Amino acid sequence: MQLELSAEDAAFRDEMRTFFTTEVPQEIRDAVANRRELTKDQIVESQRVLNAHGLAVPNWPVEWGGKDWSPLRRHIWHEEMQRADVPAPLAFNASMIGPVIAHFGSQEIKERFLPATANLDIWWSQGFSEPDAGSDLASLRTTAVRDGDEFVVNGQKTWTTLGQYGDWIFTLVRTDPDVKKQAGISMLLIDMTTPGLTVRPIELIDGGYEVNEVWFEDVRVPVGNMVGELNSGWTQAKFLLGNERVGVAPVGATKRVLAQAKDWARETGQLDDVLTASRIAELENELLALELTALRVVAHSADGKPHPASSVLKLKGTELQQAVSELVVDLAGPASLASGAGDDSDLPWWSRRATPAYLNLRKASIYGGSNEVQRQIIAKTILGL
Amino acid sequence: MDFTYDEEQQALREAVRGLVGKAYSDYEQRRQTVAADPGFDEAQWGRMAEMGLLGLPFSEDDGGVGAGPVEISIVAEELGRVVAPEPYLASVVWAGGLVSAVGTAEQRAEVLGALSAGESVLAPALAEPGRRWTNDATATTAVEAGGSWTLTGAKEPVIQGARADVLVVSAMLPSGGTGLFLVGGDAEGMTRTGYATHDGGRAAKVTFDGTPATPLGEPGADVAASIATVTDLARIMACNEAVGAMETALRTTSAYLTSRKQFGVTLNTFQALTFRAADMYISLELAKSLAVWATMVVASGSPAEIAEAAQRASLQVARAGRHIGQEAIQLHGGIGMTAEYSIGAYTSRLTFLDHLLGDATFHLRSLAATVGDHAEVDPLP
Repeated sequence: MQLELSAEDAAFRDEMRTFFTTEVPQEIRDAVANRRELTKDQIVESQRVLNAHGLAVPNWPVEWGGKDWSPLRRHIWHEEMQRADVPAPLAFNASMIGPVIAHFGSQEIKERFLPATANLDIWWSQGFSEPDAGSDLASLRTTAVRDGDEFVVNGQKTWTTLGQYGDWIFTLVRTDPDVKKQAGISMLLIDMTTPGLTVRPIELIDGGYEVNEVWFEDVRVPVGNMVGELNSGWTQAKFLLGNERVGVAPVGATKRVLAQAKDWARETGQLDDVLTASRIAELENELLALELTALRVVAHSADGKPHPASSVLKLKGTELQQAVSELVVDLAGPASLASGAGDDSDLPWWSRRATPAYLNLRKASIYGGSNEVQRQIIAKTILGL
Repeated sequence: MDFTYDEEQQALREAVRGLVGKAYSDYEQRRQTVAADPGFDEAQWGRMAEMGLLGLPFSEDDGGVGAGPVEISIVAEELGRVVAPEPYLASVVWAGGLVSAVGTAEQRAEVLGALSAGESVLAPALAEPGRRWTNDATATTAVEAGGSWTLTGAKEPVIQGARADVLVVSAMLPSGGTGLFLVGGDAEGMTRTGYATHDGGRAAKVTFDGTPATPLGEPGADVAASIATVTDLARIMACNEAVGAMETALRTTSAYLTSRKQFGVTLNTFQALTFRAADMYISLELAKSLAVWATMVVASGSPAEIAEAAQRASLQVARAGRHIGQEAIQLHGGIGMTAEYSIGAYTSRLTFLDHLLGDATFHLRSLAATVGDHAEVDPLP
């Protein structure tokens, strides 16, 4: 056992730190640091900078642009990215559909989609959840009926994050209604400009429009757009959700916000308050414990499968992310009411942004497999309950 | 960065697990052992000496093995798994650590040699009535006359104070600092009143009335800083012991949930219970991460870094120990309240460890006072 990074890993960390702090445009990093919503162009530009340097999709197979990194190096890459306020590559592309296509797709589908997916030439949306299929995803009812060389898709998806920017949507559809619910699902890649597909934004509690409903009315999809075998979609879905769980603990980003929160507490004379100081100290300690747990987990996940304890990272990671956002609202105090004020307000920008960020982050314990689903995974697969 | 044990460390873990498992994996054996004085098994203490465990932290010149903090943590965790009553933490890590840090070469060879050989039990006599986890002494004073030293005052609770062959006593020096002294179990003017502690161990009220004492190390030197550093090491090893205890508490609870039937079904049918067990696992994993990390900081860190690591690990482990200890009893229901069943002993020991060297509030106070000194906490050196 030793704490120090090897000389090679330390050099790798320095290399990543230099890259993220010098190659990604400052305005984009400032937007992240200032907790502003990024524009589509900023997200695309940032990912293309990463991809141009071969750093957008390190988790993919090497032949499709991945890096054969150790889990520790992948962790360092991710932490340094967050530390530098660089937006992570779009999760729908880099963490979700990319690895699924690389693992399950035909050669033709791989060649057609993977390079464009890595470079964010295609913006992917996720078509999984439905109004009646949330945590119980396998109950989904959107149907795809074969008609010649096409499937005809009908139904409704929801909670499609950033679907308003989407070019394509990877979709779970029911292709056999007469078998056990998991056994009748397939995965289709659908061009979002296809006639019959409509996107309706949903206003969220923070006033933003981050998620959407997607409606399918006789949307015709070529059978060649199916990933994997007919009725094997649940396998791809589980593969995707396992990856999603691992990537979702934002340790570095939460540390950054907590460090900022300390500055804001100091600026407003609250850091000397013993209750505030102890609240911050306790959060800092829990974040340290989470970061070390992440390091321990990556050290034990060398076989490529998610470590069962990755549920701990998702659950605790999102709880701490939420707790820090809650702290910022409390530090802002009455100024947190002024969420609609413009830049001519006399109140500090961070205090005006505090509550929308807090409200927005309530999502974190719901998405990526709700924290209750994570408890279920821990109880069943780790504790044998 | 590497979180795995090497082959020798794995072999040590298996050997210790075998030794303590043979003695105490049957909880009834533990219960019988702690029922009679001195609250542990002298023969088991001898077997631990034979395996080299009692001399692990000390240099070979002092009769020890010269192992590092990882090896000590392995022993602590394994003892915690079975709530072994042998006073490893108090006698070897804490009291022995003080002798190792402060004693002269001659004192180290004599005292630590006998400790390592299992011929002597040490007791750390630092705690004073009415005071909370301080490194300085005020209720016990040392006086020097003609080159001889005597102690007067009181110490309580002194872990294994009645059984100990040698006590390592902190006392206020004539010059005002804090010195450490060796006092033999048969010293004149010393009164020892032993009693059981709630975790099955033993402690004592020890009073000194002009009791002859041998200065540990240089006579008259203030050693408060050394006391602090050794106590930090003991805190980190207490965390490792607690991790072992929490692992067993959770495993025992999970096993109970899958076997106990109510309403015609096993308890793990009820999500209200399994979710709470899942939360216990989260507490355990986070606490374990900080205990392992702090152990590694001991190997490479400065005294200030070790002190901070001890605070951080102790805070997290204290929170986890409360959570897991309380929930373990609650999820068991009535059986968790009985002394005949093991789980309550784990909660009791976790509560003991929580208050031996500083509780969550104590450590959080220190961390809160310095929270503005850094932007972020980086676990890597």
